[in-house]
Amino acid sequence: MIGKKLNLLAAVTHKVSTMLVALLIMVTGTSVHADGHGMKVGFIYVGPTGDHGWTYRHDIGRQSLESELGVETTYVESVPEGADAGRVIRQLATSGHKLIFTTSFGYMNPTNNVAKEFPDVRFEHATGYKRESDNVSTYSARFYEGRSVIGTIAGHMTRTGVVGYIASFPIPEVIRGINSFTLAMRKVNPDAVVRVVWVNTWYDPGKEGDAAKALIDQGADIIAQHTDSPAALQVAEDRGVFAFGQASDMSTFAPNAHLTSIVNNWDPYYIERTKAVMEGTWESVDTWNGISEGMVSFAPYGDAVPADVRAAADAVKDGIASGSIHPFDGPFNNQAGEQVIGSGEHLDDGDLLGMNYYVEGVEGDLPG
Amino acid sequence: MVDILIPAIITIITASTPLVYAALGEMITEKSGVLNLGVEGMMLMGAVIGFIAVTQTSSVMLGILAAMLAGAGMSLIFAMLVLGLQATQVATGLALTIFGIGLSALVGQGLVGVAYEGIPKLPIPLLSDIPFIGPILFKHDILVYGSFVITVLVSWFLRKTRAGLILRAVGDSHDAAHAIGYPVIKIRCLAILFGGAMAGIAGGYLSLSYSPLWIENMSAGRGWIALALVVFATWRPGRVFFGAYLFGGITILQLHAQAMGAGVPSQVMSMLPYLATIMVLVLISRDQKKIKMNSPACIGQPFHPSS
Repeated sequence: MIGKKLNLLAAVTHKVSTMLVALLIMVTGTSVHADGHGMKVGFIYVGPTGDHGWTYRHDIGRQSLESELGVETTYVESVPEGADAGRVIRQLATSGHKLIFTTSFGYMNPTNNVAKEFPDVRFEHATGYKRESDNVSTYSARFYEGRSVIGTIAGHMTRTGVVGYIASFPIPEVIRGINSFTLAMRKVNPDAVVRVVWVNTWYDPGKEGDAAKALIDQGADIIAQHTDSPAALQVAEDRGVFAFGQASDMSTFAPNAHLTSIVNNWDPYYIERTKAVMEGTWESVDTWNGISEGMVSFAPYGDAVPADVRAAADAVKDGIASGSIHPFDGPFNNQAGEQVIGSGEHLDDGDLLGMNYYVEGVEGDLPG
Repeated sequence: MVDILIPAIITIITASTPLVYAALGEMITEKSGVLNLGVEGMMLMGAVIGFIAVTQTSSVMLGILAAMLAGAGMSLIFAMLVLGLQATQVATGLALTIFGIGLSALVGQGLVGVAYEGIPKLPIPLLSDIPFIGPILFKHDILVYGSFVITVLVSWFLRKTRAGLILRAVGDSHDAAHAIGYPVIKIRCLAILFGGAMAGIAGGYLSLSYSPLWIENMSAGRGWIALALVVFATWRPGRVFFGAYLFGGITILQLHAQAMGAGVPSQVMSMLPYLATIMVLVLISRDQKKIKMNSPACIGQPFHPSS
């Protein structure tokens, strides 16, 4: 009886999701008309624009295209990664969009497949690595540079020497952030440690908040996060400890606890690439920009950050921007105490992209 | 150890409370013979409407009331479709969830980035001063106390009252209940409305207390967990409550275990609450006779008085 019910449920869910794709384009594919040489730019988002995180920031970038260049934009939000994404991208390509931004890792294969069918349309895929035809570009941000700056702040400001880190999934992007944060923190505070809790979700405000509570109960007095909601900041505010925001300025949720947020700033890139299409200079490239190009930026420091800590954080920020500091400058050790890289060298991009180990100073085992 | 234990238990209680509300409400709906899969959508509407009410009026009671009415309003749509128009319950419930996700996102568009400090804690005088037990049980907000009260009330209603007996009769055999002269449709409608109101409160608890903010889809699947709890607890209020706490408890304990550096892969840890809850509830409820006695025999079947 119950088994039958669940089967039916699965079948209905599948049908409904297929129908929804068609509907998504018709209903939520919101077009905004404006005057910009009649060019149309399409966006596909993995989450809702109201997530106050990843998708929200991409949508701010989209809006800047309208206000700066006056082009017409279309977006489709909450599109699941996988086969549905291909249909949405194809729909955008057939409806006159000359440039399409696909803003989640899981859109990589659909983007490349559709791109081969539409050689006249330009595709920009965020956070991927496949460029199978010359009308596909990839772009991402060096968020680990931002983690180096907030790690510096954490090293100066922790009193207990324990910093909590709420992590989503054990992929190189997230591990790289934890390591960059830890290395910078221990440069100013060699005895401090980072405790990581993996919540295995990008987005569950309740669970993120609970993870923050667990870390604080276990002695952490600063919380960093690689998940999307401001729930952990609210918990920090409530418990009287400090925290960093993620993706966008989250200070309104924790006026006292908020130290700063790493802010994803896609606007300059989106404007530059759209202009390139308008002027006919667009080429397939792989972009990985950081602090120096402004793709990784920061919310204003909270009142709790003293002047000397601000100066130290700014020095790291400027050093990374000018190239005099690399977040993975040697020498440093991995968790087992073995040297990863010696003095005077730093890891190259290939090492960073495949990072699958903790550095010294991170407590707990890396889920494998 | 005690200084970690007390906050950990308090967190467990807050994590379990929304599940208690949503699951108890759904249990009453199912006891009347109706399966409403729209819990997630009703919770989200409760969350967003409750949040709007509390930030507009700064009245906690109005916020909770609004959340309750939003959930009940959503369930009224469901009731009209399945009771009035004889629509399939499974498909209608799924549609209600999808509708609720979309509508709540639309209604809450302007609320992204709005902060709220959460509804106040109401420590009970004297009792909250008892060492250990005081801070764990008597320093919560009104919704947590309410979840204890509602569990007792639902249990008493089903076992000890005539109305409870009638509700169960309608769920077990609507034809027999109808033949004796009970208004099956009206009773089912009330049961659906109760389930909706409880789901609305559960959602309101999320946006007003648990993580006091509004973001799209913030219930993150808790409505589905509540639905599963009802089945695995074999439609018994005590076990629904116990199951909710088991699930909430293990969720929180695995976070603590990770923060302490226990060497278990986090994927296994994340799986534990689901696995343990199913296993424990299946083990304690494996008596076939009792399952038969407690499960509503007419669940999911449409009823029309003329047939």
